[in-house]
Amino acid sequence: MMTFLGIPIQALMGQLLLGLINGASYAVLSLGLALIFGLLNIINFAHGAQYMMGAYIAWMLLAYAGVNYWLALVVAPLAVGLIGVVIERLLLRRLYKLDNLYGLLLTFGLALIIEGLFRQAYGISGQAYQAPRLLQGGINLGFMFLPLYRGWVVLVALAACLAVWAAIEKTRLGALLRAATENPALVRAFGVNVPLLITGTYGFGAALAGFAGVLAAPLYSVNPLMGSNIIIIVFAVVVIGGMGSILGSVLTGFGLGLIEGLTKVFYPEASATVIFVIMAIVLLIKPAGLFGRNA
Amino acid sequence: MAEPLLSVRDLRAWYGESHILHGMDFEVRQGEVVTLLGRNGAGKTTTLKAVMGMVGRRSGSVTFEDTETIRLPSNRIARLGIAYCPEERGIFSSLTVAENLVLPPVIRPGGLSLAEVHELFPRLAERADSQGTKLSGGEQQMLAIARILRTGATLLLLDEPTEGLAPVIVQHIGAILGQLKERGFTILLVEQNFHFAVGVADRHYVVEHGRVVDCVLNSQASTTALQGYLGV
Ligand SMILES: Nc1ncnc2c1ncn2[C@@H]1O[C@H](COP(=O)(O)OP(=O)(O)O)[C@@H](O)[C@H]1O
Ligand SMILES: [Mg+2]
Repeated sequence: MMTFLGIPIQALMGQLLLGLINGASYAVLSLGLALIFGLLNIINFAHGAQYMMGAYIAWMLLAYAGVNYWLALVVAPLAVGLIGVVIERLLLRRLYKLDNLYGLLLTFGLALIIEGLFRQAYGISGQAYQAPRLLQGGINLGFMFLPLYRGWVVLVALAACLAVWAAIEKTRLGALLRAATENPALVRAFGVNVPLLITGTYGFGAALAGFAGVLAAPLYSVNPLMGSNIIIIVFAVVVIGGMGSILGSVLTGFGLGLIEGLTKVFYPEASATVIFVIMAIVLLIKPAGLFGRNA
Repeated sequence: MAEPLLSVRDLRAWYGESHILHGMDFEVRQGEVVTLLGRNGAGKTTTLKAVMGMVGRRSGSVTFEDTETIRLPSNRIARLGIAYCPEERGIFSSLTVAENLVLPPVIRPGGLSLAEVHELFPRLAERADSQGTKLSGGEQQMLAIARILRTGATLLLLDEPTEGLAPVIVQHIGAILGQLKERGFTILLVEQNFHFAVGVADRHYVVEHGRVVDCVLNSQASTTALQGYLGV
């Protein structure tokens, strides 16, 4: 059997793949958080709940309406995005004039309420969600066995991140978004409907979280607590990467997933805490984060 | 005399609890260059912002082409045909020069084409791919003016476009304003540079403590009286 530093290659690769998959979720989630924070100045604590809702809506679509995975991959994020739009219009909008602590508290409260509703309805044991037939099974790469669905998640998450990045950096809408992030009052005085841009951005960020939730549904059981489990780590990822940079949050997400995976191989005891240790170190050395602009 | 394009009556404005404008009255007619002159802190910038709908609270009346704008949000006001160039220039650092230049949406036909803008400001074409805030102060000012010429807006609000710039650049900007006037733009200009103002404007309003205290035709501008107001 091939080994690397005394670890079987199979095990190493397996953990790296798991790390990449977690990293994919971190990346998509922190991307949405960074977008929302940039324009709304709100730390969206409901992000984990929106991720969980994406997974649940996919599950409900299948269980109650027979809607398959592929369609759910489109419909569920749209639904979560729509819920996001309603939240922004009805609630968040009233808070922009206040300290952004209020936005944090409101979204935190919303997360608790949403989570509670799903717990009430479905308990906490979780629902299984099958990967689509096309992506069941796997292929033998020689040095490891690659479950198809996991490969798909990594690729699709990467593609989504790159598409969002390109849209922000290379399109006119992206330029408006970047400009409004810097100086919303001036962009509005140029005739741009900035409140609409804000609503759209929050909806889109929520939809991204829902999308990550659908991707995750076949990997883990669909569970009301899945959001709050992952979102704590994602906040650490965002702190490490820095809120300022879109590409930074994507790179940090994937990178930390990998580091977490490697830690599971070489020092499993630390795998649950390694990201927080890195966060503490980054905060000491570069408080604005690795890619963040210094305040 | 022509109907005023912009008519401001008893305009009051507040930042939070501080009451800054105490009833501004003035008007700008089609094709005119009109200045607001006054000392630091007189309320000139606040007046432009209040016309644009960018202050917290305002009251009174601001009509543009007979449309009352006092209750409109700033994006709607801009779409009527008013464009704003802020005192701090407002160049976006996360956008290139080219992106900054085309950021304000075209709101109606009749603005300058990109080629015409580049003809007026050749430097902006050369630096198109630079980060907006990497430009020199003068170039940033050019960019801030250039980007509102494309939109089709007919009234330009310019807040101290000569502030902190070298004399040759101030001259250049003066020449550009002359060309814009010839092209039919109407300009409301805030200035502290008295000589610059006299060189480009048709009329001057003197602002003190959030009120207009005097209106002077440029042809009758007695240098000493205006300088007295400005404290120079
Ligand atoms: N954002 C603000 N909040 C509170 N007060 C302000 C603000 N901006 C300006 N002011 C005050 O309003 C007054 C007028 O300012 P301003 O319009 O900038 O004057 P000017 O442009 O004539 O120099 C000043 O006393 C200034 O301190
Ligand atoms: Mg000023």
